[in-house]
Amino acid sequence: MYRYDAFDHRITAERVAQFRDQVRRRLSGELSEDEFRILRLQNGLYMQIHAYMLRIAVPYGLVSAAQMRMFAHIARKYDRGYGHFTTRQNIQFNWLKLQDAPDALADLASVEMHANQTSGNCIRNITSDEFAGVARDEIADPRPYAEILRQWSTFHPEFAYLPRKFKFAITGAVNDRAAIAVHDIGLQVVKNAQGEVGFRVLVGGGLGRTPIIGVEICDFVSWQHIITYVESIVRVYNEYGRRDNIYKARIKILVKALGIEEFKRQVEEDWQFTKDGPCTITQAELDRVSAYFVAPAYAQLSDMATASDHPAFNRWCERNVKPHKVPGYVSVVLSLKRTGIAPGDATAEQMDAAAELAERFSFGELRITHMQNLVLADVKQSDLPDLWEAARKLGMATANIGLLTDMICCPGGDFCTLANARSIPLAKAIAECFDDLDFQHDIGDIEINISGCINACGHHHVGHIGILGVDKDGEEWYQIQLGGAQGNEARLGKVIGRSFSFEQMPEVIARLLQVYVRERYDDERFIDTVRRLGIDPFKAEVYGTPIEAEEELRGPGYGLVGDVTPYATPYYSPRF
Amino acid sequence: MIIKNKTVVNDDWYVLRLGENDTPETVQVPTGKIIVPLQVWQAQRDTLQARAQLGVWLGSAERAEDLQHDLGRFAVIAVDFPKFADGRGYSIAYHLRVRLGYQGELRAIGDVLRDQMFYMQRAGFDAFAPRADKDIHEALKGLSDFSVTYQASADEAQPLFRRVSRRGQP
Repeated sequence: MYRYDAFDHRITAERVAQFRDQVRRRLSGELSEDEFRILRLQNGLYMQIHAYMLRIAVPYGLVSAAQMRMFAHIARKYDRGYGHFTTRQNIQFNWLKLQDAPDALADLASVEMHANQTSGNCIRNITSDEFAGVARDEIADPRPYAEILRQWSTFHPEFAYLPRKFKFAITGAVNDRAAIAVHDIGLQVVKNAQGEVGFRVLVGGGLGRTPIIGVEICDFVSWQHIITYVESIVRVYNEYGRRDNIYKARIKILVKALGIEEFKRQVEEDWQFTKDGPCTITQAELDRVSAYFVAPAYAQLSDMATASDHPAFNRWCERNVKPHKVPGYVSVVLSLKRTGIAPGDATAEQMDAAAELAERFSFGELRITHMQNLVLADVKQSDLPDLWEAARKLGMATANIGLLTDMICCPGGDFCTLANARSIPLAKAIAECFDDLDFQHDIGDIEINISGCINACGHHHVGHIGILGVDKDGEEWYQIQLGGAQGNEARLGKVIGRSFSFEQMPEVIARLLQVYVRERYDDERFIDTVRRLGIDPFKAEVYGTPIEAEEELRGPGYGLVGDVTPYATPYYSPRF
Repeated sequence: MIIKNKTVVNDDWYVLRLGENDTPETVQVPTGKIIVPLQVWQAQRDTLQARAQLGVWLGSAERAEDLQHDLGRFAVIAVDFPKFADGRGYSIAYHLRVRLGYQGELRAIGDVLRDQMFYMQRAGFDAFAPRADKDIHEALKGLSDFSVTYQASADEAQPLFRRVSRRGQP
């Protein structure tokens, strides 16, 4: 993986010093909260319901064992012993104190990590394919380009105060696992007729209040020009993106308003000034960065059968083990979706243990997936039984990857000030209801995505079943969307009708699944049945008869996650 | 007082802003060292261009290209930041310096604060009028937050990877 040189270290250290001074000035009153808010956001610090939240950048989802141990350290020293992996392959901690944040960032810098630009109206951490470098369907490893773009976007002087946040995703594979169509800029590695590497560039995708699938602005930008090309996109956006209405400020609205042809014309007019200029990526720079992503020292192996006489192990292999381009190796998904825990949460002990697993089985590296799980990318097939045993003891071997309980879930009303409804307790209620693995394996591939509000951190628009928390007269309700999908066939789900109470939701899911079980062809996946039939039969089943609320789910106390005792009143927030 | 070339200096320019009842055509431009809004320059250029010393300022929704043929006429060009979170001024400055080749004083005015000044300097500003309620000597410190930068901008034509030899060992 990429390692910092003296320049990276110096920039990161100077950033920590800058923020330390900004925190000092905030605490002394020299900076008002209005002035400070944007500065702290660009250092990953949000103010949530209970405390500050620190979102740490995990560039393209890749971490070393040492970095994973640092997360455990942050969890213990500055937080409450756990962290939350997010859909943008980052990790966030929920219980930070403002005065501790500079020390936490300094600790992170010691292992070449930071929280730069993980929030705010700037270019955010760039996400990628969790199987980058090892996937069988890969055209080229996207990580060197992601790292080059990370450096370009870090403290870019023109683009720190954009109209709104700006997210890149990049994939190097045939099958898109990075959801590039729902990002402000999506980059897909392609090769032209001459075999040269370049990018198909999508622009203007995004979820949130106005979900839009990104459109192609250029079918091939050769790799040397990718910095200048995306810089022109962001510059046109900075100049012309709307700033009068926060809900219409994302680039997707500008692209829609201008039309892709006119937007492209403006971008390429700007690009003429920089194309072939000094920001053109050199072969030497690509080589330098690529050298950090060469394949590890794989053993010469051949593929072997992994089936055993242990059904639970076989089931885990079926769901959590993924193909690898090198014979004898596989990638393993460590599930953070055990029933009863908040999806994507890991304790400090689990983080330490995952780091150890990485060292023992996978060249000391891990990846974080946008589905909020962990990946050991380079595992010998012969190590699978040992890894399974070890992961089982840690509660990270639930054989549910891609199944019903592998839900995407935002922090929701338990933590987030934006949320209209709780997400984590709902995920818990649904998981408890369908916990039976035989049932889940029978249902097969299905994606349930839960967002606690319209901002769509839980990607509900692209869930096969999308759940959106809505507020009605101060009460939490949930709206269902059906038929959304991510990947190469990305599309947005359709709302099926009026919303449901928290207590009704498990039965709503049960009814949707009943229609599927009744109507499916042999091997048809849930999403394919929905596409074939449309939403009407599902609607008919769900709304056909009244749904009793499940009594045991009543009350706001259901599904409380860990210790939610607020801190004693700090002076810096009127809300505490 | 303003910051110019990384030093706090006295300043005797006056920034003319249109009042509610003013129009660009009719507003009286006082004598002396005045920085007029772009629209006033456009409306009154016949009389204004006779002045020995004149400055002009751009609002964040205005375009650097509108001054393309007049760059040599001004002793100072300013860009207004109506709110510090409005980042259009950075691209305006970049265009003035890099695309249009403006080499005179480029001044940030309006909601100009210490914590944005490093980026402003990179995008091409060499003069800063920090908000009046802030300590200008404190603001000056903002210009030295970083000693190295990754990307090219108005202050540095080459990105880091062309400026230095980066030989970390993988």
